[in-house]
Amino acid sequence: QYSVILTFLSFQQRIEIHKLRQGDNLILGFSIGGGIDQDPTQNPFSEDKTDKGIYVTRVTEGGPAEVAGLQIGDKIMQVNGWDMTMVTHDQARKRLTKRNEEVVRLLVTRQSLQKAVQQSMMS
Amino acid sequence: ISAAMDTESTYSGYSHYSGHSKKAHRQGRDRHKSPRSKDGSRSEKSVTIQTPPAEPLLGNDASRAEEGQDDNWGETTTAITGTSEHSISQEDIARISKDLEDSVGLDCRRYLGLTVAAVLGLLVFLTPIAFILLPQILWRDDLEPCGTVCEGLFISVAFKLLILLIGTWALFFRQPKADIPRVFVFRALLLVLIFLFVFSYWLFYGVRILDSKDTNYQGIVQYAVSLVDALLFIHYLAIVLLELRQLQPMFTVKVVRSTDGESRYYSLGHLSIQRAALVVLENYYKDFSVYNPALLTASKSRAAKHMAGLKVYNVDGPGNNASGQSRAMIAAAARRRDSSHNELYYEEADHERRVKKRRARLVVAVEEAFTHIKRLQAEEQQKAPGEMMDPREAAQAIFPSMARALQKYLRTTRQQQYHSMESILQHLSFCITNNMTPKAFLERYLNPGPTLQYDRDRWFSKQWTLVSEEAVTSGLQDGIVFVLKCLDFSLVVNVKKIPFIKLSEEFIDPKSHKFVLRLQSETSV
Repeated sequence: QYSVILTFLSFQQRIEIHKLRQGDNLILGFSIGGGIDQDPTQNPFSEDKTDKGIYVTRVTEGGPAEVAGLQIGDKIMQVNGWDMTMVTHDQARKRLTKRNEEVVRLLVTRQSLQKAVQQSMMS
Repeated sequence: ISAAMDTESTYSGYSHYSGHSKKAHRQGRDRHKSPRSKDGSRSEKSVTIQTPPAEPLLGNDASRAEEGQDDNWGETTTAITGTSEHSISQEDIARISKDLEDSVGLDCRRYLGLTVAAVLGLLVFLTPIAFILLPQILWRDDLEPCGTVCEGLFISVAFKLLILLIGTWALFFRQPKADIPRVFVFRALLLVLIFLFVFSYWLFYGVRILDSKDTNYQGIVQYAVSLVDALLFIHYLAIVLLELRQLQPMFTVKVVRSTDGESRYYSLGHLSIQRAALVVLENYYKDFSVYNPALLTASKSRAAKHMAGLKVYNVDGPGNNASGQSRAMIAAAARRRDSSHNELYYEEADHERRVKKRRARLVVAVEEAFTHIKRLQAEEQQKAPGEMMDPREAAQAIFPSMARALQKYLRTTRQQQYHSMESILQHLSFCITNNMTPKAFLERYLNPGPTLQYDRDRWFSKQWTLVSEEAVTSGLQDGIVFVLKCLDFSLVVNVKKIPFIKLSEEFIDPKSHKFVLRLQSETSV
């Protein structure tokens, strides 16, 4: 039972990104794709091709996201407590790029994470 | 012998469809047949279809040939499997001997059928008139006077007879375009029906009216009118049975020529096998490219080489089974590594190149030749009277410049037999007269056209024999195969039924056509 609780928790990872100031903008250093108004079948990172969640499609090298541990292919579940599984692409962008926030706390899930947990369960 | 059996016809129960005139004909055939028909109990029927009557000299159906000269058979039927050189000479002999034993029999049979139908028709046409006139002639004084109704009926009889006459002329009086071997079943049935019908009317008339000298003239005239009405209905039946029933396509027929595999598909309705064969032959002359024996020599020489490759020696003495031997031969031939496929490939590629080169030279030569002449307009014709030529002279003037290229091209494509210089000149003057371009002139020579395009002596296919396992008067069914044989090749015809089509409908509201964009944006944050 103890191991089952652990697997629930470790499917997801919390990542804290400190935004970098570049001129007038605050950038996070990654790109997102997906959304409920987008076509889920063209998402190369999702396992289930009907998944309309927000995925990380690119991570700039040396950027704040990479430093914080975000990886390409991560699915963003929450941003600062706001749910990101049922948002449009534009809403997701807005929640990530709020001008008055310097830190964003993301809840992400990763396929490699799930697989690692499954392997440890089986062994 | 088995090839000879193909053309043999056996007597069967279907014969009672044909008229009495044919019994004598068939008895003669059977008397001749009986000693030989014992070996081979195949119920194959073979009857002849002859092409249009302009060729009376070439002899008649196979039955006549069978009766006359048995030697021809061997030559004509085995000639198909031999090599081309032998078969041509044997065919010539066969043709000459067929010319000699020219017979009158088939024409007689055809004309007899026509005369029977004509006599019957005349009788039927005159019957109502006779019905009306006989009482007037025989017992005029006792007859009741003819009132207005009665006289009105005269007009109606006259017009109905006129309509019947025109209708019968349109339907039945046509040039027979072919000789079919067995009687046309529906036509015979209709003739029998008409005969029985008119006979029963005459019987009734003779007994009840002539004998008793009926005085009610109006009744007699009405009787005649009813006869004419019934005849019109029989005419309607004839139209439906003879013309309309086979219009709707029910079968698709695949026709394959045995020598080179050229095939075509045709759609047919409910026809008997012999009429379907007629349709196929009519279409053959315009759809299939002309049969050219010169094109088959290459494959024949290859086949000869295969056969000559292996010899089987019988070491164990007589009594060895033949099937074992042939199996051994086939196995050995399969194992042998010969490079004949290589030869074929390079030979064909080479031939293609040569043909293309010659064709290019020909096209250029003809185009150049055509630039040398110009059509004179009406005004110009007065100005230069000395140099004017008519189309024939113009053709003769420009022909020498293209003659060599054309001849070489025809030799390469092995068509030189089909075009004589005279025919080329004629065609050239025809093209010049009709303002055709060089390409239009060449169209006839660049590709082998259908058989109709060429001179009749080059056809190789004038007399046909229908070989079928079913009776030739039976209707088409799915899966029937029959063969139309002529001296040099045969057409294998395979009948397939058009499948039953289940068509359902689906309604689409025009407003239901809505679309959405498929996006996949990527935004960097």
